[in-house]
Amino acid sequence: MKALDILTTAIGNSFRSRLRTTLTVIAIFIGAFTLTITNGLGAGINDYINTQVASIGAPDVMTVTKPVKATTATDGPAKYDPATASRVTSGRPGASTLELTDTDIAVIGAIKGITAVDKSVSVRPDYIEWQSAGKYVMSLGQFGSGIKIDLAAGKQFTAGTTALEVIIPTTYVATMGFANNAAAVGQTVAIGITDALTTQTSIDATIVGVQNTTLLGSNATVNSALKNALYAAQSVGLPASSTTQYASVVAHFDGTATKAQIATIKKDLVTASYEGTTVADQIGTFQTVIDGIILVLNAFAVIALLAAGFGIINTLLMSVQERTREIGLMKAMGMSAGRIFGLFSAEAVFIGFLGSAIGSGIAIAVGTIVSRVLARTLLSNLPGLHILSFTIASVGTVFLLVMGIAFVASVLPASRAARQSPIDSLRYE
Amino acid sequence: MTSVVLSTHNLTKHYGSGSTRFDALKGITLDIRDGESLAIVGKSGSGKSTLMHILALLDQPSGGELMVDGTDAATLKGKKLNLLRNRTFGFVFQQFFLTPNASVLDNVMLPLKIARIGSRERKRRAMAALTQLDLVDKAKNKAVNLSGGQKQRVVIARALVNNPRIIFADEPTGNLDSATGAVVEDILFALNKEQGITLVVVTHDDELAARCDRRLYLHDGLVVDAVDGPTSKKKTVHA
Ligand SMILES: Nc1ncnc2c1ncn2[C@@H]1O[C@H](COP(=O)(O)OP(=O)(O)OP(=O)(O)O)[C@@H](O)[C@H]1O
Ligand SMILES: [Mg+2]
Repeated sequence: MKALDILTTAIGNSFRSRLRTTLTVIAIFIGAFTLTITNGLGAGINDYINTQVASIGAPDVMTVTKPVKATTATDGPAKYDPATASRVTSGRPGASTLELTDTDIAVIGAIKGITAVDKSVSVRPDYIEWQSAGKYVMSLGQFGSGIKIDLAAGKQFTAGTTALEVIIPTTYVATMGFANNAAAVGQTVAIGITDALTTQTSIDATIVGVQNTTLLGSNATVNSALKNALYAAQSVGLPASSTTQYASVVAHFDGTATKAQIATIKKDLVTASYEGTTVADQIGTFQTVIDGIILVLNAFAVIALLAAGFGIINTLLMSVQERTREIGLMKAMGMSAGRIFGLFSAEAVFIGFLGSAIGSGIAIAVGTIVSRVLARTLLSNLPGLHILSFTIASVGTVFLLVMGIAFVASVLPASRAARQSPIDSLRYE
Repeated sequence: MTSVVLSTHNLTKHYGSGSTRFDALKGITLDIRDGESLAIVGKSGSGKSTLMHILALLDQPSGGELMVDGTDAATLKGKKLNLLRNRTFGFVFQQFFLTPNASVLDNVMLPLKIARIGSRERKRRAMAALTQLDLVDKAKNKAVNLSGGQKQRVVIARALVNNPRIIFADEPTGNLDSATGAVVEDILFALNKEQGITLVVVTHDDELAARCDRRLYLHDGLVVDAVDGPTSKKKTVHA
């Protein structure tokens, strides 16, 4: 028999006992449906997190701090040493870090792999105002140096510019008096900031883009030029020492660095008693938790599929039994054992294909509708989140997995059929 | 002198072992010549079907020798064996062995499908075989819906569709009334006379046996008599 004949015969055979095939297909359908949905959930959430990561931090920077030598809770306070730098509390709750000085910056900059070190300064602007339409409190994002922001309008910051640029979140647009997102782009706004002598000054900046709200709330983002300008304005009247101490610095490394290279940089930092944290590290823990949950859900779906696999074994054994004489006849007519095997395993794979096609098809249809409805209602505060997303790769994986399970399930019945001697099959009553 | 297609020497076959051992064939020596018609006659349980299955390479003998066209059958395995079964032999079994819910045409095409012949050629040859057996109008019917005589003719069409050299027929008329049986017999002998197909017929019907060129009488697994030459005149056909 030609391969095509085997396939068409197998498909025809699977429709011979319609009820039995239907029941087996339903069992596979349940597994394939669940697996497609859980995969879609994982992909949807991770897609969203990835956009978030891109919008809050560049992949080529890490925040470097200098942790205090770990003390256990039962130890008393460490002895005061006037030589050590003043202590600041930042980062994780309860973890204190030491302030970094220009000496530290030099040490960090000398570490292999680090291309540049930026002082990470905190600027606290008072307000933002557009054409006397009212002053509004301006809060700046924790991460300033994002290279890719999830924009609703406008464009990203101009690279290496000295122009003062700001990106505002969508929530600012109407409040500040703009007609819509696009209308805000290109407008000049005034940003007010107070210095140490309580004098308020105002700096003009251009809105280059409007950002979608992110997981971390809605904050405005400024480019380095504007940040430096604001810091300079804010530091007027401060003693020099306080402007040369930083809670943390931003170390730049090559954007093409591999995970291993980044790990080496971090290790070198630890040796020099610093600590480096990339944005991926911060978001990564979050993603790990989600991946874990999806893995458990997938495991349930795969268990359902395994149960369906036994359904296939059962169905095929029955059909081998029923067709004993037919198998004997085909063998008597010179059909090889391999092709008999192929005939039955093709039938199983076809049943698997049917189950996964129907399962994935309905899962994608239902998932897309549910995802759209949720994005508009329950999850409307998180623009860009499509809770279920289906990729060709993940759906293809489900197909291959199901058909693979079906094939494995067919091995026992199909080889039983292939082994039958023609004469025993023909004498079978 | 015509050539010998199948020959056996001291062929034995037993089932089971020890106390349950049963010797179905106890040493059969015979020659089947190209183009002849041979009847294997004997009462029920004498080993006729067993012998036919071994001759048709569907079963293996326990001992003795079987030669196909001068080749030792024991050396025939896998692809060669399948090719021989597919190209050289046609079978008409004691039961019909038709796939009930497939069409008559599909049933007849099965050997061609196994032979990997393309679907157009397949159809052409199957229709030719059905024409030969006067079944063209039933080609699209399900096999299950045919009468006994029609089914037996479908089985013969299936046996000859791949142009075999030998047709093995196990009780080809056993399930039919005498009139229909005579029609089927005529078809088989016509194939033997007109197309030179070697015919091996297993039967306990003396009249059918009498129409064959030679008869082998089997009793308890042994050839007890061999008679040459047809002993009766051709029967008249009752349609
Ligand atoms: N698989 C088997 N196991 C045990 N005994 C068997 C087996 N197949 C056949 N036999 C025995 O071998 C003997 C010959 O059987 P066979 O089918 O050849 O008889 P037969 O001459 O064709 O009879 P009938 O005319 O009734 O078809 C019988 O006694 C039968 O019981
Ligand atoms: Mg018999």
